[in-house]
Amino acid sequence: MDINATIIGQSIAFAVFVWFCMKFVWPPIINAIEERQKKIADGLNAGERAQKDLEKAQEDIAEQLKEAKQQAAEIIEQAKKRGAKIVEDETQRGHEEREKIVASGHEEVEAERHRAREELRKQVAVLAVTGAQKIIEREIDENAHRDIVEKLVAEL
Amino acid sequence: MVSGEQTPTQYIQHHLQNWTVGEGFWAVNVDTIFWSVLLGVLFLWSFRRVAKKSSAGVPGKWQCFVEMVVEFVDNSVKESFHGKDKLIAPLALTIFVWIFLMNLMDLVPVDWLPTAAMYTGYWLGFVNDPHDVYFKVVPTTDLNTTFALSLSVFALIIIYSIKYKGIKGFAKEMTFTPFNHWALVPVNFVLESITLLAKPASLALRLFGNLYAGELIFILIAMIGFFQLPAHFAWAVFHILVIVLQAFIFMMLTIVYLSMASSEH
Repeated sequence: MDINATIIGQSIAFAVFVWFCMKFVWPPIINAIEERQKKIADGLNAGERAQKDLEKAQEDIAEQLKEAKQQAAEIIEQAKKRGAKIVEDETQRGHEEREKIVASGHEEVEAERHRAREELRKQVAVLAVTGAQKIIEREIDENAHRDIVEKLVAEL
Repeated sequence: MVSGEQTPTQYIQHHLQNWTVGEGFWAVNVDTIFWSVLLGVLFLWSFRRVAKKSSAGVPGKWQCFVEMVVEFVDNSVKESFHGKDKLIAPLALTIFVWIFLMNLMDLVPVDWLPTAAMYTGYWLGFVNDPHDVYFKVVPTTDLNTTFALSLSVFALIIIYSIKYKGIKGFAKEMTFTPFNHWALVPVNFVLESITLLAKPASLALRLFGNLYAGELIFILIAMIGFFQLPAHFAWAVFHILVIVLQAFIFMMLTIVYLSMASSEH
């Protein structure tokens, strides 16, 4: 256990080992570690960001959904109103039409009746004149009594 | 495992002897070099495998483990060392893992590898007597290893001091702190020199002392015969703490010393 030349050999070996370690072992390993640390940090950041984006997107979706629902409700409301109005208008028009048709029917019937009565009256007048003529053919001059007959006809 | 011809003292001494080739200062502890280099290469090879195909994608299990270690070291460095430096983090990683692996060899039962080496050496004809083979498998129980590490760190402390403060700043720090008076320059110098030199000495001796003591206790436990097993287990469990802790302390103190060297007072 004396100090001897071994110390020189050991020193050289040590120096070579340190040199080798510094040159070929340490840099790649520490670079890989640092790179991986950076990657992991980036990954975590990205994950956080994605989470935030997702939350924001969900909020947007909720907002839009609410808006859409509101719009839909408005549209339905309008459509209902319009439908009701159309029905009302149509009903109104139908009534009017009916009234008109009925009125014109009445008028027509009235006119027909009027015409028939006129006809009848004329025929009755003719009949009456003919009958009267037959009765008083012999004694009454047609011309002398025409005014009486006409008066009679007018009264019918 | 105490064989018949050995007294306990001989057994312990045998276990604490390095396989040394050469004489005097130029002797080399082959076992220390062999195991430390093997473990260092193992560390770099296994980490390099991850580094080669590392990507920011989904990591595999081994990659996860390696990245955990790297991140742990990186955090330790960032906590103590402010400023940018390409060397300190890999230096700390190398120190931590390498020392940990060398300490870990302490958990291999004390007789396995030496016995295997003993018979291999005898069988290959290197020695005439198997007991002439010495084989210590824990490189950090060799002062050469711990001092090689701590003196390298010491050199870095001086380099960083000069790099960040300039030679003037460094000299001023050595002579005008803690007492800012010209008359006390010698006192300051002595104090600062001791502070400076204490750093590598304490680094090396702390690691060596802990591991050497641990190893010694493993050896003592190994001598008590069959009932060594539970004792061995208990000590090993406790020793795991020491193994990791010493590696961590060495790394942490290196970082702290270098950050002190590179910052103004």
